[in-house]
Amino acid sequence: MRELMRHTWLIARKDLQLEFRSRTALASAFVFTALVLVIFEYGRDPTAVPTIDLAPSILWVTFSFAAMLGLNRAFQAELENQALDGLLLAPISRTSLFWGKLTANLVFVALVQVVGVLLFILFFNVPVWRVWLPFLLVCALATIGFIAVGTLFSAMVVRTRFAELMLPVLLLPFLLPPLIAAVAITVKLFAGRPLSESAGWLRLLAGYDLAFVSLTTLLFPATVTE
Amino acid sequence: MLWARELTHAFGAIRALDGISFTLERGRTLVIFGPNGAGKTTLLRVLAGLVRPMRGSAGVEGGRRAIGWIGHQSQLYGHLTIRENLQFWGSLYDVLARDLERRQGELLSRLGLEARAGQQVRTLSRGETQRAAIARALVHDPAVLLLDEPFTGLDRLAAEELGALLGELAARGRATVLVTHDVKEGTDLASDVAFMRAGRFVEFGPRGTRDAAALTTAYREALRGA
Repeated sequence: MRELMRHTWLIARKDLQLEFRSRTALASAFVFTALVLVIFEYGRDPTAVPTIDLAPSILWVTFSFAAMLGLNRAFQAELENQALDGLLLAPISRTSLFWGKLTANLVFVALVQVVGVLLFILFFNVPVWRVWLPFLLVCALATIGFIAVGTLFSAMVVRTRFAELMLPVLLLPFLLPPLIAAVAITVKLFAGRPLSESAGWLRLLAGYDLAFVSLTTLLFPATVTE
Repeated sequence: MLWARELTHAFGAIRALDGISFTLERGRTLVIFGPNGAGKTTLLRVLAGLVRPMRGSAGVEGGRRAIGWIGHQSQLYGHLTIRENLQFWGSLYDVLARDLERRQGELLSRLGLEARAGQQVRTLSRGETQRAAIARALVHDPAVLLLDEPFTGLDRLAAEELGALLGELAARGRATVLVTHDVKEGTDLASDVAFMRAGRFVEFGPRGTRDAAALTTAYREALRGA
């Protein structure tokens, strides 16, 4: 297990180092997040729909699409000089390779979410700080499962001709359950309702994470073996 | 040390490997010559465990950890420096930190890359990248080397240096399989030679005293007769 965690960390650290050096996906995700929030800010009529009702949907749609920019990049770096062959040849388990990629993707999405929330507070004036702890929990629960599915699909489509198009097409159906749950919980949190009122949705998110992290970990070796 | 038994593999209707069997002992260097599409790269990928053959089996004493691989691409990350790449790959092979430091120093010096060690790989010339790829393949001191056209991109001096290095490694008991379409390139290194065509060894055995000219003649005859 120690070996597994060490190799996972090595892969994740390398991926993050590459991303912070090139900043390609991170910059795109930040710009995308800012752009979407600005458009929604100026494109809505606060007298027609109250901000508090609209804000959770805007926030989660922004997070989801920004995350896809990061997921697209997850295996792209491994194709550049066929580094993926080197990783598959190295004496590390496929699980540590997958978890390493998953960890790097989660850090990437977390960074985008932090910037997104700050811009969201700025534009929409929603008091997120009042519910920051339960909101953090919802963000974590809603993100882990679908990033796991996204990491698996990213590995599957990276060798196809239209990888950047294929990934959202494959991922969107799997994104719906956590997205709906996250929006439902966030609506209640922003309305000042206690987290306990969303226990059902939280259980769904936890179940989704458990099921899909396990399933994707099991399926990943088959996607990278010729 | 290294063995293949009745290896058979196809890509659709194209038979890439057709019942290849051989064994290679420590300190031996098998050079496989063959035209484009003969199945040389597929054979190396099967030996490395990157491709699962449809029939037959192959193995290396010591498993994946014992293999050093140089393919058509460098398997290096462009946004990392040579030193960072070597650190990463060495760590994946569980090379101890102090050994890794020493090994890096030796390889960088031997391959004339000391001055470039802190430079990102994407800024290197083709020849320098190839030398860095060789350092990457040797960083964990592998017992078996699988080399796919390793002289590509190297100038004459660097090619001679690599030849000398491979000769030293063979003298220290490393087993090497080198594939190339250029008979002149690999002759001096070979203790054993194989001529490959359409997925089969049309000739396999010790090189004996044959020089490049004699091997070229034998190669042409063997391919004509196949």
